[in-house]
Amino acid sequence: MKSNSIANLGNTGLYVLTDLGRMTLFLFKAFRGIFRQPFRFKELVRQVNFIGVGSLSVIFFTAASTGLVLGLQGYYSLNKFGAEGMLGSAVSLTLIMELGPVLTALMVAGRAGSAMCAELGIMRISEQIDALDCMAVDPFRYLITPKFIAALISVPLLTVIFDVVGIAGGYVAGVSLMDVSPGSYIEGMRSSVTNHDIWLGVIKSFVFALLVVWICTGRGYFVREIRGAGFGAESVSRVTTQAVVLSSISVLVFDYLLTAVLL
Amino acid sequence: MTSAIEFKDVTKSFAKKDGTVQTVLDSVSFSIPAGKTTVIAGGSGSGKSVTLKIVLGLMRADSGRVLVQGNDVTGAKGKELEALRTQFGVLFQGSALFDSLTVFENVALPLRERTKKTEEEIGSQVHTSLSQFELDGHEDKYPAQLSGGMKKRVGLARAMQLKPAIMLFDEPTTGLDPVMAQEIYQLFAKTQSEFGFTSVIVSHDIPKIFNLADRVIILNRGHMDVFSSPEEIQWSEKPHIREFVKMTMGDIYQSHLVEI
Repeated sequence: MKSNSIANLGNTGLYVLTDLGRMTLFLFKAFRGIFRQPFRFKELVRQVNFIGVGSLSVIFFTAASTGLVLGLQGYYSLNKFGAEGMLGSAVSLTLIMELGPVLTALMVAGRAGSAMCAELGIMRISEQIDALDCMAVDPFRYLITPKFIAALISVPLLTVIFDVVGIAGGYVAGVSLMDVSPGSYIEGMRSSVTNHDIWLGVIKSFVFALLVVWICTGRGYFVREIRGAGFGAESVSRVTTQAVVLSSISVLVFDYLLTAVLL
Repeated sequence: MTSAIEFKDVTKSFAKKDGTVQTVLDSVSFSIPAGKTTVIAGGSGSGKSVTLKIVLGLMRADSGRVLVQGNDVTGAKGKELEALRTQFGVLFQGSALFDSLTVFENVALPLRERTKKTEEEIGSQVHTSLSQFELDGHEDKYPAQLSGGMKKRVGLARAMQLKPAIMLFDEPTTGLDPVMAQEIYQLFAKTQSEFGFTSVIVSHDIPKIFNLADRVIILNRGHMDVFSSPEEIQWSEKPHIREFVKMTMGDIYQSHLVEI
């Protein structure tokens, strides 16, 4: 019984190590694909359209409601100290440094990440990826690299849109619904947000984009190698769930790490 | 006779979940003659697909050597592997068509990705081969809109685009009705006589598939037996071959064996 559990522990350890190694090589090959010819520009545009343009409405609604809630909640808290004038500063800093990058990445993981994972998983189980290999067409250059670049372009841009819409939402809640003066909202934001804060948000959005696209495409690509995933359609559904959960958790973990290191 | 593919003492085994080792190929040696049709047969799990995957470099053998057109490909990777794979055309069991691309785009894919041809040249080549495989008028359909037999023909057209020296067919008639299967076999024979490639067919569609075969390899529990003609199989004295013949071909083929 005891030796069995030790064996299981060892097996799990080996599996985790193998998986990490596999995923690291995957990341390397995805970036190597940038330098391989012919570069698939059309596919890149298609992916930017899918990940970026396709996520606009989701991002818009999430940002607007987050901004509105932040405005109301912030007003309620700050009002207790008579510091409503700080609302602009509080809302914009929270959005630019934390909520913008994190919520955008989570939305993209749920919307585009799951789709990318399922697409690659299905291509794997129906031998379409093997077919590419057999035609000597690098599946990374053909399928994975355009998704990576598209995510790295789209997610930071979506984050910026999230920030702007969120700040506007805060304005509506604070200024139009409550009694914060327009001047103090704008001025509070202008005086407290520094370039450093904006950079922190941008760096975060790049890192989150990479995490989401890496985990989601990687899980789909390796659908057959993943322990406990099962076979066929079921394996794709399980791996897709796993990809979204894993990428969301790593976004949250890395958010803390980056804040701790870069703040 | 030159050989297109040669296996020398190739061994491949897998670790099973319960910790035991399953040897799928046990020091197997055989050669596949160039320009001919070789059929690899055997029951499920006898290592047919593994053999194909090793040939294509999708899987590595544990030991032994594999020669393709005289070149050792056992440890090939990167550019070498790419060069090796350009010699092959593969028709997959489920056709493996790209389901988000149309028939035209599927057939054009190897030309677009592997050659420097202009769109015009690609267009005319694809249309020529589509009509060759009786797929005129289906260019803009997606794989999901095609019948099983049509999917196979598109798969075959796609595999033929780069004029491979060796064609590999993995269970080409799985899921097709007998009439359709017969049509596909006739198509194979026709294209082969036209293009002169070496053809390797992995199948358990026995005995029909033997009509096509110049040579038959039967895989059984990690070992293989090579026969120079389908007739030879029926005369074999080996018990596991006789069992195989009995199971797959039935009494019609066995009756004159019994008389002897």
